[in-house]
Amino acid sequence: MKYESQRVAMPYFIFALVLFAGQIVFGLVLGMQYVVGDFLFPEIPFNVARMVHTNLLIVWLLFGFMGATYYLVPEEAQTELYSPLLAWILFWVFAVAGTLTILGYLFVDYATLADVTMNKLLPTMGREFLEQPTITKIGIALVVVGFLFNIMMTALKGRKTVVNIVLITGLIGLAVLWLFSFYNPSNLTTDKYFWWFVVHLWVEGVWELIMAAILAYVLIKLTGVDREVIEKWLYVIIAMALITGIIGTGHHFFWIGPPEYWLWLGSVFSALEPLPFFMMVLFAFTMINRRKRNHPNKAAILWAMGTAVMAFLGAGVWGFLHTLAPINYYTHGTQLTAAHGHMAFYGAYVMIVLTIISYAVPIMRGRPYGNSNTAQVVEMWGFWLMTISMVFITLFLTGAGILQIWLQRIPDSGEALSFMATQDNIALFYWARMIAGCFFMAGLVVYFGSFFIKGQASFDEEVRGAAIQDA
Amino acid sequence: MAERFTKSMARNIYLGGSTFFILLFLVLTFDTQSRAMPERDNRDQLTEEVVRGKHVWENNNCVGCHSLMGEGAYFAPELANVFDRRGGGDSEVFKMYMNAWMNAMPTNMPGRRQMPQFNLTDQEIDDLSSFLEWTSKIDDNGWPPNIEG
Repeated sequence: MKYESQRVAMPYFIFALVLFAGQIVFGLVLGMQYVVGDFLFPEIPFNVARMVHTNLLIVWLLFGFMGATYYLVPEEAQTELYSPLLAWILFWVFAVAGTLTILGYLFVDYATLADVTMNKLLPTMGREFLEQPTITKIGIALVVVGFLFNIMMTALKGRKTVVNIVLITGLIGLAVLWLFSFYNPSNLTTDKYFWWFVVHLWVEGVWELIMAAILAYVLIKLTGVDREVIEKWLYVIIAMALITGIIGTGHHFFWIGPPEYWLWLGSVFSALEPLPFFMMVLFAFTMINRRKRNHPNKAAILWAMGTAVMAFLGAGVWGFLHTLAPINYYTHGTQLTAAHGHMAFYGAYVMIVLTIISYAVPIMRGRPYGNSNTAQVVEMWGFWLMTISMVFITLFLTGAGILQIWLQRIPDSGEALSFMATQDNIALFYWARMIAGCFFMAGLVVYFGSFFIKGQASFDEEVRGAAIQDA
Repeated sequence: MAERFTKSMARNIYLGGSTFFILLFLVLTFDTQSRAMPERDNRDQLTEEVVRGKHVWENNNCVGCHSLMGEGAYFAPELANVFDRRGGGDSEVFKMYMNAWMNAMPTNMPGRRQMPQFNLTDQEIDDLSSFLEWTSKIDDNGWPPNIEG
């Protein structure tokens, strides 16, 4: 760690991981409710658990992105953070507001929550992923503006690297697109259309800039490959992301009202959306093959390769599976969508945050070459347990989805099974998914355990092996 | 090859490409919203009752279990065509069905998925029904494939 103020990333990472654990607990509750319908009813109805599960994900990823940004922007800019105090204040504001919102979901009836937070004045609640009370949405906007101010003041006074420029462009995009969460017209089709400006243009647009920038930074640090080479890759990847992803938004416009030309535009452009993710795989593996050094933090290297591969599989391959309009006509809104959502979010965004945590946290804890070998082995066990579990969760949900489509969607009216009857028929897949979910939880516990193992890697490990031959 | 393709070329593709597609997206959005949608979403039938119904839908987080036009959660049935499925396309029949359904929840059948009791007034149930009826008539390129949603 070259600058003392980078340390402010630490509370962001810790809080992100705490919320991650909460997200998984509620994921297990949901998985259970899929097979035992009245589990925890009426205390925690499905909609409440789901809201907690998805909102925790969004909030902890935002904490992760902010932590990553506070860590890497000063180092890239070669200057101290503009205001560590502001970063600390915003941390507490965001943490308290986020916690209160989650507690509100759990302990206050949703309609009452809408009432007491005066949703009437500016109705924004009750839409998927944007369930937060309007006051929370305003809070998120203010925290992000303060955060961006702090980051831009830092970046502007120092060295302007491509990593910083791309990361900050992504974050500005994140902030600007968030404003669409305040637009909730009474016409449902308009509401849905612009809802995707937040949801799609985040995860299949500007978040890819954030992910690629963080990956590029970590690869520079871990491989020692020339910055010029990495920056060129970074530009190509984000160019592909935006060229395919912006018009690719059209794959959400097939069945919600917009005209038929979106069937073509959405299909063609979103079919190309795997490209940037495929390039990220090539990028990570090529840089690691051409490494100029053997960094002793092997766990971080594993995460960097893992996030590229899993993002490609989850976002790229599983997205492509059902993105063409004639296929999506049957798959839209089935468990296949859930399968894709799980692996894409895990691969692209959960794993990129865990990558930067794996690289940066040991350094902030005074272990510049990474954790001890034992700690790294345990961390890698956590990596494999969680990642393989997520592969199985995705496969089981895919199985459930294909069967659901076969029973409920493909037959004609009158012959098709009803939604609920179909659900009974695919319960076996939900049980299997539940078991995979428990293994994921076990992986998370192992992963957390790795943080409590003492000791650090030494410089000696750095110079062993291929690094000598390369040099 | 690697030498000829420089970083500034990559940057120009990024800047040029993203600018072009952002502008194209804005043009298409303008066309969709101003020209195409008014004919497809029956906005002339967007009554006060329908608008109130959308707020009932939102304030009770219905999308947390159900999907609407395929978007939302996949724990409970699709509702964009529930007007046709349960109301047979008749407003009065659908309102009666909705009133009976909403008041009968939860079923408390052991082990079965439970829909909470939302304590809606008759007026709110009628509003919600009107909202779902209006939604069922949006031109959505013929989705879903069959009545089961």
